Amino acid sequence: MRLLVVEDEIKTGDYLRQGLAEAGFQVSLVRNGLDGHHLAMTESFDLIVLDVMLPDVDGWRIVQSLREAGRQTPVLFLTARDRVDDRVKGLELGADDYLVKPFAFAELLARVRTLLRRGSAPPLLDQLKVADLTLDLPRHRVTRAGRKINLSHKEFCLLELLVRRQGEVLPRSLIASQVWDMNFDSDTNVIDVAIRRLRAKIDDDFEPRLIHTVRGMGYKLDVEAEEDDGD
Amino acid sequence: MMATERRLLSLTARVMVFVALAIGISLVLIGHLVQNEVERHFAEQDADELVVITRAVEKALQTAKDQGLAPEDALARAVSGHHGVYFQLWDDTGRLVYSSVDTGSLLQANTYAPVARIQVDNIYTWQSDGKTYRGTATQARIGGQDYRIIAAIDMDFHIHFLENFRRSLWMIMVAAGAITLLAAWYGVHQGYAPIRTLSESMGNVQADRLHVRLDPDTVPGELKTLVDSFNHMIGRLEDSFVRLSHFSADIAHELRTPLTNLITQTQVGLSKARCEDEYRELLYSNLEEQERLAKMVNDMLWLAKTDHGLQKPEIEWLDLAGEAREILEFFEALAEEKHIQLLLEGDAPSVRGDRAMLRRAVSNLLSNAIRYTAPGQQITVQLATAANEEVTLSVQNPGPKIPAEQRTKLFDRFYRADPSRARQSEGAGLGLAIVKSIIEAHGGRVLVSSDHEGTQFTLILPQQRS
Repeated sequence: MRLLVVEDEIKTGDYLRQGLAEAGFQVSLVRNGLDGHHLAMTESFDLIVLDVMLPDVDGWRIVQSLREAGRQTPVLFLTARDRVDDRVKGLELGADDYLVKPFAFAELLARVRTLLRRGSAPPLLDQLKVADLTLDLPRHRVTRAGRKINLSHKEFCLLELLVRRQGEVLPRSLIASQVWDMNFDSDTNVIDVAIRRLRAKIDDDFEPRLIHTVRGMGYKLDVEAEEDDGD
Repeated sequence: MMATERRLLSLTARVMVFVALAIGISLVLIGHLVQNEVERHFAEQDADELVVITRAVEKALQTAKDQGLAPEDALARAVSGHHGVYFQLWDDTGRLVYSSVDTGSLLQANTYAPVARIQVDNIYTWQSDGKTYRGTATQARIGGQDYRIIAAIDMDFHIHFLENFRRSLWMIMVAAGAITLLAAWYGVHQGYAPIRTLSESMGNVQADRLHVRLDPDTVPGELKTLVDSFNHMIGRLEDSFVRLSHFSADIAHELRTPLTNLITQTQVGLSKARCEDEYRELLYSNLEEQERLAKMVNDMLWLAKTDHGLQKPEIEWLDLAGEAREILEFFEALAEEKHIQLLLEGDAPSVRGDRAMLRRAVSNLLSNAIRYTAPGQQITVQLATAANEEVTLSVQNPGPKIPAEQRTKLFDRFYRADPSRARQSEGAGLGLAIVKSIIEAHGGRVLVSSDHEGTQFTLILPQQRS
């Protein structure tokens, strides 16, 4: 997957490139709007991460001109300004998503993956399987190693989210938003508690452990054991 | 600019116009009344006089008839001793029997119908040869013969008197009016003296002297409410001012602690070579502080935007009970972990509101409640429809009583009821400020009550009709 990052702030740009590259993307970084526009018009990218406030051409103009040229590459806006008007303007001009600084890198990564997945609709499955864990979606039933596990409705939703996005680190805010529809930073550790309870049912009596804590970022479900599994 | 320059009349001018109108109208009324009374009085006197003349003429005629004298001689003496009175006597054939004055002067009265009884309202006034007469005609039957008696009075004397009287009357009225107006103006001017003093005192209130209060006992009763309102306003201003200054200080303080931690731990970490795990721990620790800072900045920006109306609620119809259920579901695991029971009671109709914002408000209240509730106890979320079209959602949790002086500050930014409470377990101290901001953006209000049994936060939302 090829990503274009247009960001004039040097440190931010460098770390975005490094972080996204380490997450498995091919990243091109440019530091001004003209280069960004040129690259976006001449090469093919799967996604553009675009800072709105650039020294030469602002991000809105770039998106507008891309869309007018018929290029539909998804664009994720980064901005330090957060006004509803700005957001509306960005989305109207053809941006696909919008992140306000300061943001968490885990959040950015999750959004990038969501945007990349968009368009390729997930196949409609009745069953999700990870290792010996099986989710029966229509019946809301979970089994691991053939043993039936009783989950509450929300626990099932949480597990389904983790399984569907297997291998991805999901920040707490994204989990709260997707499972409970709570679209704000809650200062409580509700998500940690919910994960702990889910883990007690899914992982405690089984090997290998599937749900991993990625310290400082969030949670992920994966088969291979992570060395930085914090607890 | 010209069009907008419609200045209001000054208060003095308003009062003066009103007083002038009132005095003018009453003086004109009084003048007319007095004048009419005097004129009527004269008319009555004249009527009496005319009756007397008529009687005298009748009597003289009778005497002449009885004694067989020529009526002319008797009549010539009939009204002697009366000045300026005249009469004529006509017989039934229309012959003038006698006239005490030249015939023409009273000829006018001969056209009047005779009256049975002389009264104020049936005597007539007419002019002849530059003189004004007042008189009337009567019928008398004397000695078997019908006579017509016309009696008249020369009115010039009365008119002269009345003119003088009228002139002095109006002069007195005008003078009285002028004096009264002057007195009223002086009174008004004096009356406004306390207002002038007051506005001088108000002018002395400056941003750095907001503690200045006006004394309501030094002003007249009518101005007491003004002074009270002014004092109240200054009080609130001072309060906001103090809060604002504290707010800046609090921001600095809130930022200082995580920044100190960041700098210290990073410098200590870098002061010598360490193993990989130690660096990792350092970065995690830094990240925690940074996330706290980021959240604080985001919350503050959010509050600033909401307070300045930059972030308007996206209003839709919400099932408040359903929303409350889902929020409780979100906190269920956390509460169970702490052995706290969450209860939802009552029901409420749909309200208009921003779903994410209201969820945030209720969540903040609930996470607060969970934080302060001891294990084994329960938190109740109560929905109700209050009087005057309002919907309430209250969150009650058992706990120690919050003193009244702390209760008002609970919604201040960065306010913490217990300053010694460990920073780690809390948010940035903006939770309740955000609740207040959200509810006020919805046109509602937040109440807090607390007694020895527990604390209750109540969100009151207006219930708009569809």
